[in-house]
Parts: sequence; structure tokens; C-alpha cells
Amino acid sequence: MGRPPCPSPAKAGEGTLTTHIADEGHNLPPLLRSGGGTGRGLGNDRLLSLHGVSKTFDNGVTALAGLDLDIYEGETLSLLGPSGCGKSTVLRLIAGLTRPSVGAITWADPQVRKNLGVVFQDPTLLPWAGVFDNVYLPLRLAGQSRASAEPRVMEALSRVGLADFAQALPRQLSGGMKMRCAIARALVTEPALILMDEPFAALDEVTRFKLNDDLVALKKDLGATIVFVTHSIFESAFLSTRIVIMSKPRGRIVEEIEVDPALVRNADFRTSETFAEISRRVSRALRKATGEAA
Amino acid sequence: MKRGEIAIPLAVFAVALGLWEWIVAANAIPPYVLPAPSAILGKLIEDRELLFSSLLVTLGVTLKALVTATASGVALALLVAQSKWMERALLPFAIVLQVTPIVAIAPLLLVYLRPDNAVLVCAFLVAFFPILSNTALGLASVDHALRDLFDLYRASPWQKLVYLRLPAALPQFLAGLRIGGGLSLIGAIVAELAAGASGQGTGLAYRIVEAGFRLDIPRMFAALALISMAGLAIYGALAALSHYLLRGWHESARERGE
Repeated sequence: MGRPPCPSPAKAGEGTLTTHIADEGHNLPPLLRSGGGTGRGLGNDRLLSLHGVSKTFDNGVTALAGLDLDIYEGETLSLLGPSGCGKSTVLRLIAGLTRPSVGAITWADPQVRKNLGVVFQDPTLLPWAGVFDNVYLPLRLAGQSRASAEPRVMEALSRVGLADFAQALPRQLSGGMKMRCAIARALVTEPALILMDEPFAALDEVTRFKLNDDLVALKKDLGATIVFVTHSIFESAFLSTRIVIMSKPRGRIVEEIEVDPALVRNADFRTSETFAEISRRVSRALRKATGEAA
Repeated sequence: MKRGEIAIPLAVFAVALGLWEWIVAANAIPPYVLPAPSAILGKLIEDRELLFSSLLVTLGVTLKALVTATASGVALALLVAQSKWMERALLPFAIVLQVTPIVAIAPLLLVYLRPDNAVLVCAFLVAFFPILSNTALGLASVDHALRDLFDLYRASPWQKLVYLRLPAALPQFLAGLRIGGGLSLIGAIVAELAAGASGQGTGLAYRIVEAGFRLDIPRMFAALALISMAGLAIYGALAALSHYLLRGWHESARERGE
């Protein structure tokens, strides 16, 4: 089934919101099968699909069991759920840092898989290297010389507002600046898919709001697909075009909430009724997910 | 380093020397029982050619042993870090060498090797293990998230070693080097004592043994003072190297409040 054309931009707080609720005792079928929606993103193409993916670790703990999830080009997908519900495992599986025990991940374009941007919960910077060298790292590992990589590195640093701190060491940066550096490193290879694992969880609320705003601007500039793991209802409501709520045990998807991608995400949006409505729905879904886990 | 951090220990040391001088003078203790610091200094100046040439011998052995121990300790740590199999195969030998007292090994080495080589091997043996174990620990302690990052960007084993594992292991390696530097001097002195007791060698420890035979207690103290100063110099140089390489990024090289 195809996807509807990209809607025209809406004002902050005006937009559509669609909710899909999983059948009792079953994972929600992939969205295209459930009838599609308006909020998956700016494109209609499927980027990758997780088919019946299960993950059991060496210690016998099963993090995921039979997960089906499609990710579409251009969307900002948030994975939300209680601790231990398998959100980060989904991200690690997509990144190729771990393999599914059962099931498969299929990519529409294998090239996308080879060039992923990942932002971890911690900035994960090389403490002995300066900001420039940290951002240059993915290009250095790809064999690119420092001189030829410099324009791209500086562009990535400019995008996150760190161009003046290229020579600074990570310990000279604030928590927010370290995370900006990690985001610049994820952007420097110009990936089509960026995976973010609770990147702003350790930051104060003001910094977090600022980085959320910056991420929205970056997303607008780059058009990359973002898969975002978060514990924050408000963060997911602000950033996402689709919110997938997962529950324990074994990463069951209990609800998917689609948000109109044409909504303008700015300071006014945070105080709008639409934002409040999204947050309420996410909150209810999360309560359901937590209740099921209890 | 703040001025007080140097001035306080220096002042305490000066007071201790002054007290020592006063006790010897007040009780008219003869120099063959306990020489005063001024007598030791006088002996140091009087016998400077003999003592400083011996100091150079001991320092030469110590530095040769430290360089060899560093090269082989790092090489073996890299091998051990490659696989658990290597670790199980090689580490027991290193541990056996470490736990066997060097003072017991020295006479045996003197049987099989020329005295100068035996001294070098003794100094090497005691310096080797801390460098090996600390470097191996550092190579094995790389942050998992950073490993994931390098895996994500498909870094080759060589790239992981050069850009991640070696820099990450640097603080532990330098800690091992500081310990190894002090121990290599101790190893050299122990072996020189064993060699000196058999009438061989020209290092500082041999001068102590020789002066002991002649009951030249001030010269014994003078040689001992040179050994202590050599130890302090080695430790200071390695601490400065460590501070230079880790400054700015590692907690151990940060000033309080920085």
C-alpha cells in the first residue's frame, strides 16, 4: 500500500494525530498492513524492516521476541518504554552491533546500512583527542586524509555550533557540548539513517530542550531518518513523526502513535494543545505498557 | 605543582638532617658508628670520581633494563591482549618470575651469566612484570561504547589498536613504567650486591660492599645517598613524562580544582 503525499506545513499546534493500538496479546502488524497513516515521515519508502526479530542474550535473558517493525525514509521514529523493554536492543540490532537470535532485518538499500550515524547515551568521545579529531574519526577510519576531510568536519561542527571549539579537548566541554560533538561525529559521514540511544537523558532540562530544538533544525536541513530511543514522553512528543511504545517483557509493541510531520516543532508547539494531546496519549500508552509489565 | 608542595617536604628534610647533625655532634658519635650528614657530604665530594663513575654504571644498567623491560612488556601485553588463549599460555611464566624473590635468583644468574649480564637480567626481571600487567590491564579495559563505535565504523584491528587501544592503555602503561623504573634500580642494586659479594662489579652497590669491608661507613652512606637520589630522579623523570603525556585529558594528570 502506498503512502499519502507529503502534507503541507502546518502551524505549530495544528496537525493530525493518528493512533494505532495493538491487538491484545499480539504485536502490532507493520503499519503498511494496518492501513498506513499520515505521520511516518516525509517519504513513502520503507528503509528497513525487522521481521519476527528475537534476541536472547548469552545469559538466557530474552530482550525481544518476534518483533515486527518497519522504518520509513524521512521519519523520526521514537521508541519509548520502561527500562529493560528492549528499546536499545532494537537500536543495536539495526546498527549491526548485535545479531538477531531469530528473524531478519531487511534493508531496502544496503548502502544505507554501511553508512549509519549513531549517537549513544554517553557522548562516547575519545578523551585524548580534540573535538576536531573526534568528529574526524569516522572519516579517518574510512581512510580519508585529514586535509581532505577538514571541510566536512568543519561543516559538521558548524551545524552543531562547535566550530569555535575544534581544538578543545572533551573535558573542556559542558555535557551539552559533548553531546553536540557526538552528534557532529554521527553527521560527518552524511548518513541516511541516524540512530540515537537516549542521547539527552543525562542532560538538564534546559539543555535538553535546546538540543531537541537543534535536532529538529538538523533534521529539517539533512532530511535523514532518525530512530530515537527515549524515556521522555515530552521529548518523543516534540521530536517524533511516529512514536512506538514498547513494554516488558520481550519488547512487545503495545501502541504506535503517528504525528503529522508537517507540524512546526518550535517553542510554541511545546505549549500547544496538540503537543499536550500527543503527550497525554503517549502517557496513557506508556502507563498501559508499564501496567502490563507489572 | 604549587610552591608549598615542594617547600614543605624540603623544609622537613632539612630539619631532619639538622637534627641528625646535632645528635651526632652532641653525643660525639664517631663516624665509623654514625657519620654526620656533613661528613657524608665531605666523603661524597672527596670520593666523587669513584662514586659518580659507579653511579653511571648502575644508572646505565638500570636504564638498559628499563628500556628492555618496556619493549618486551608492551610486546607481550599486546600478545596477551589478542586472545584468552595467549593469556593462559604466557601469563603464568611472567607471574612465576614476579613472585620468585630476585635476591634468590641473582646468585643463580651469576653462575650462568657474566656478572654485568646477570645484573642486567635481574634488573630487567623485576621491571618487566609491572609494565606487562599494567599494559595488559589497560589494553583490556577499553570502554565498551568506544569499542562499539569502532565496530560500527568497521575499523580494522590495526586501526583499533592505534586509535583506540594503545591511547586508552597509556595511563596504565605509564603507571607500570613508574613502578618498573623504581624496581629496575632495586633489581640492579640487588644483583650488584650479589656480584659485589663475590668480588665482581663496579656499580654503587659494589662500592657499598667494598666500603663495608673497609669499615668506611661515611662512604657507605655517601653511596646510599647517591642511590636514593638516582631513584628519586628516575621516579621524577617518569612522573614528568606521565604528566606530559596525560595532561589535559586524564584524571591522574589534572590539578585539583582544575
